[in-house]
Amino acid sequence: MSTLTLSPQKRRRRNRSPLGGRSINLLYVPALALLALFTIYPLINGILLSFTNWNGYSAARSNVGLDNYVRLFSDETFRLVLLNTFIYGIGSTIIQQILGLGLAIALDRKMRGKNIARAIIYLPVLVSPVVMGTMYYLLFQYNNGAFNDIVVGLGGERVAWLSDSGAAVGIIVVVNSLQFAGISMIIYLAGLQSIPQMYYEASTVDGASTFEQFRYISVPLLQPAFATSIVLNLIGGLKLFDVIEVMTGGGPGYSTNSVSTLIGISYFDNQSAGYASGMGVVLFMIIVVFTLALNTLLNRRRLEQQ
Amino acid sequence: MTTPVSNKKRLAGVTIGSLVLVVVLVQLLPFYVALSTALKSRTDLSSQWIFPTAEIFFGNFAAAISSGNILRAIGNSSIITVVSTILVCVLGALAAYPLARRKSPANTAIALLILGMIMVPPLSILVPLYTLLNQLGALNTYWGAILVMVTTQLPLSIFLYTAFMRSLPISVEEAATVDGANRMQLLFGIVFPMLKPVTATVIILTGVAVWNEFALSGYILTSPQMQTIAPAIASFFSVQSSNLPAAAAASLMAMLPVLVAYLFLQKYFIKGMVAGAEK
Repeated sequence: MSTLTLSPQKRRRRNRSPLGGRSINLLYVPALALLALFTIYPLINGILLSFTNWNGYSAARSNVGLDNYVRLFSDETFRLVLLNTFIYGIGSTIIQQILGLGLAIALDRKMRGKNIARAIIYLPVLVSPVVMGTMYYLLFQYNNGAFNDIVVGLGGERVAWLSDSGAAVGIIVVVNSLQFAGISMIIYLAGLQSIPQMYYEASTVDGASTFEQFRYISVPLLQPAFATSIVLNLIGGLKLFDVIEVMTGGGPGYSTNSVSTLIGISYFDNQSAGYASGMGVVLFMIIVVFTLALNTLLNRRRLEQQ
Repeated sequence: MTTPVSNKKRLAGVTIGSLVLVVVLVQLLPFYVALSTALKSRTDLSSQWIFPTAEIFFGNFAAAISSGNILRAIGNSSIITVVSTILVCVLGALAAYPLARRKSPANTAIALLILGMIMVPPLSILVPLYTLLNQLGALNTYWGAILVMVTTQLPLSIFLYTAFMRSLPISVEEAATVDGANRMQLLFGIVFPMLKPVTATVIILTGVAVWNEFALSGYILTSPQMQTIAPAIASFFSVQSSNLPAAAAASLMAMLPVLVAYLFLQKYFIKGMVAGAEK
């Protein structure tokens, strides 16, 4: 009896919503239904498909256990593509932090035209990577490309920028980094502007140099900005797809593919749906592991410095 | 009268200013080259560095429209972007309310699960998603593309709405309940009108993401009649790679709506992107 009379009161107190009742949870049902149908179900189905040899269209498929995963890690092409994916992810992240932090520090100072500089540096973030890739293709194309015009003008031989796999991977990293450097810049600017000015003033009185101020005031207090920017750039780089598709199509050969672009090729061109599903699972796991590891690492560093 | 210190400071200022200028010019370079390429006829073989001042040629835009189906693609992108953005705002705000206001272990778990969905790379679920859409007859349809776009954008919008609602004082809602507002009045009359700032952020993030989307829509919408703008440029580009000036013209047309919006709403764009990034 006592629990019966107590429970409504208890429940009322626990419900912070004046709407009361568990029935307001119905409000998230439509969103959850969409996520369940178009993200969670495909995620689970993808794992199941990765244990089969399905070709993507016929009814026939049989269970092959871990064969696809064994094949993945003995496949020279996949190992190369995995390496590319890490280069795209880690390379872009490093360049974006250097550019983003450098620009944020520069544009946090008093400077003429800094607002227009910020707006222009940020502009490519809003443009489709497909469009950015197309425009950069014009710059790097073999005949009549803007960069080869300079090379020829200086008396050199035309360079096959995008047909050389090493150069092309580097170019893709740079294009992706330049396009999204604006996001890092804005995150670091917001971080810098949240640091109270008096810390710098006090340290100037104490005779600290500009570098010391940066090292012992800005860097520790920018930890949340570092965490946000690094995780965001790393996820973006690891799942890179659009720029590669437009600039090289994954070629020459398979040499500039990322895991994302190779999934499309394996599914639609090679009819290896089971194998492509396995790649999808690996890509998802890589991103989960990187994100969780970085979050733990960067948050721990933040705690230690407090 | 200039002291060595102020000279040194001025030198540092000039150096930093020049470095920023270099980055600004690098960022403008692809736009400049796209424009100079798009405004020259294919027979004009002058360098991309040289802007066509003598005669400006609009034939590449005409070619992009007639052979590249670019206007149709812009129309498709507009429909999909507008409908998806509205749905993301409505479904996101509705879903966020119980997550923000009704604390329970189950709701905390659901909020975490939804946030985790942000990590799913679109291509990693390509095979099962394409198979599912094929079974539903959703390939090459507006509704199929819209449902997929809404699903990929929902996690971030739910997260932003939830965080924003938690920052609102609950006393307003309590007062309205005391005054006898029913559930519908409370949601639509009191809570939703307070969400304008975060809704501006969600509209910008979702609108730009859907307008620019390529990875999934490139596979879902393959027929020329249904293609959106990014896949249209990509296919145009590979089918007619010999006609790059038209691809450049198409690229410029594709970015125009976003650029115009950015020009007028710059403050909101940057604020919104920061809010979206700091998740």
